[in-house]
Amino acid sequence: MSGAPLLEIEDLAVEFRTGGGVVRAVDGVNLTLARGETLGILGESGSGKSVTSLAIMRLVRAPRGKITRGAVRFEGRDLLTLTPAEMRQVRGGSIGMIFQDPMTSLNPVLTIGRQLVEPLELHLGMSRRAARARAAELLATVGIPEAVRRLDNYPHQFSGGMRQRVMIAIAVACEPKLLIADEPTTALDVTIQAQILELIRRLQAELGMALILITHDLGVVAGAADRLAVMYAGRVVEDGPTDAVFANPKMPYTIGLMHSIPRADDEGALSPIGGQPPDLSALPPGCAFAPRCDFARPVCRERVPEPRTVGPGHRARCLFDIDPARVGAVREGVAP
Amino acid sequence: MSEPLLQTIDLKVHFPVRRGFVLERTVGSVKAVDGVSLAIDRGETLGLVGESGSGKSTLGRAILQLVGATSGTILFDRREVTGLSGPELAAFRRRVQLVFQDPYASLNPRMTAGNIVAEPIRIYGLRENRAAIRDRVRELFGLVGLDARYVDRYPHEFSGGQQQRIGIARALACEPDLIVCDEAVSALDVSVQAQVINLLADLQQRLGLTYLFIAHGLNVVRHVSTKVAVMYLGKIVEVGDRRALFRDPQHPYTKALLSASPLPDPVAERQRRPIILRGDVPSPIDPPAGCRFHTRCPIAVPACSAAEPPLSPSGGTLAACIRAGEPVPAPDPTPTRETVL
Repeated sequence: MSGAPLLEIEDLAVEFRTGGGVVRAVDGVNLTLARGETLGILGESGSGKSVTSLAIMRLVRAPRGKITRGAVRFEGRDLLTLTPAEMRQVRGGSIGMIFQDPMTSLNPVLTIGRQLVEPLELHLGMSRRAARARAAELLATVGIPEAVRRLDNYPHQFSGGMRQRVMIAIAVACEPKLLIADEPTTALDVTIQAQILELIRRLQAELGMALILITHDLGVVAGAADRLAVMYAGRVVEDGPTDAVFANPKMPYTIGLMHSIPRADDEGALSPIGGQPPDLSALPPGCAFAPRCDFARPVCRERVPEPRTVGPGHRARCLFDIDPARVGAVREGVAP
Repeated sequence: MSEPLLQTIDLKVHFPVRRGFVLERTVGSVKAVDGVSLAIDRGETLGLVGESGSGKSTLGRAILQLVGATSGTILFDRREVTGLSGPELAAFRRRVQLVFQDPYASLNPRMTAGNIVAEPIRIYGLRENRAAIRDRVRELFGLVGLDARYVDRYPHEFSGGQQQRIGIARALACEPDLIVCDEAVSALDVSVQAQVINLLADLQQRLGLTYLFIAHGLNVVRHVSTKVAVMYLGKIVEVGDRRALFRDPQHPYTKALLSASPLPDPVAERQRRPIILRGDVPSPIDPPAGCRFHTRCPIAVPACSAAEPPLSPSGGTLAACIRAGEPVPAPDPTPTRETVL
């Protein structure tokens, strides 16, 4: 972790025009990622975690969606200023991406061999024969038996876990410096999830890739991420070293999330976050979490809190210093 | 706990596999549920866990009489329910309700939330007149934590968590004894999931409900269940008291399943040594001979493919394994497989 960061996202904002008005899906996101590092982005539906990753790859679909401001510097170059041709070299070249649903992100009418060969020809300029040999190696690497024969199979001939392995093989084919994994195991069973996470971990170590792991699952990030960014309503509301965020969460939303998950040692009722997830087309002024927050005061509804340092490398967008242990106490009627 | 509210005895659900178009013939069968015996006591929650294709949803559907059983017995309140028809089937269905995984897909988009909840009350004639039905709908809205002012709204106007509350209110409208929750909280966000879990627990206490809680998420099942059954390829491989099963699992598949589940705690997570199973679940058309898990089992011996082990006591649970309770080695966390990259 020396020198300039591999990826630097600065004040990124993405908007979507919808029937119900303009939705600010991502609103002023700042993130940095060092070489080889794993950043976990944690958030619920509509938090902007997936849109952030799509914006890095410039895959926000026009004309409804638009990156309205910000910079995404990858190895010093702002990806948002690249020409479409230059951007195509980045996608699948130096940045690989895997998605949640391996069935819809693979092309159903092309053999997986064809889909694996394509990036190798395009980015590495390999001949068809060399690319095919390499594709078979890649399939073997991600743990698909009889790799050479399976190159001629179509996606539907693979199980869900196997399809995700194929997706990973395509994403890492050109040995990217950054792999973005958007809910890579959400659609998979527990034992298959363990296989895929182990595979990603192994490839990351071998290739020295940085990894952005986007998930709603606290368990998945707890084991895999060096640092964690928690998103809510389009903003990063807390970020820091994974251990610090888990041990000492500072933003009431993060605290609420930690209390919402059933744990082995905990037999009683869960303390969920009250209220409903925010409506992105009608966000309140000020802190977007204030309507659901037990600690909110009038000032929280007036302006958006700036990130505040709460520990080494650990920041939270909350005006107050909240003791995580007191969250339950507030629920039981003790004043904050 | 007295006598079981629901009991299945050697229940089988097989689906025929057909080939050909004009001269269609049956070439085999998918043995989705293949000899399941289990019992749910009144007021308890049986958590049924398993991966895709294990047959857990089919088992739930067979209990609800939504798919026919191929053979075996289902006893509900001491009465046989397989083969019921007409008014008897309707009476049974009122007492056994289902809450689905996808809250939006399970609500009719053209009906208001109030009408969705009122429909079963009308169908079963549970209230005398319109005013009484309206009052009951409002009462049910209150029971599941929905604002009764929203009875005239349509499903799409509610958030996912609220939609699931409508689905629960509709199930409760029938005044059921048993509710089958098929992945009822899996599609919800973590913070909302916790709200619905608490709601289900609260309703169980207040109304004395019995749940069959089908899910693949182990943390949730551990939290809600009193008893847990683990399914693999159409069979129950282990069943027991929730605490005993999670503390000291006996079957190697249960051990793998528990160890594979990531923990929401970085410190514990670093110490976790998952047992990583090889390969995928085999096809239920042609399940492996003997113990169905032997093809993926890290501690299988030749005898495992010879005969199917019955559920028998081991530790604090019942497990279907001749090596039940024996340690299962977890692989070294650093990969040993040679790679070509």
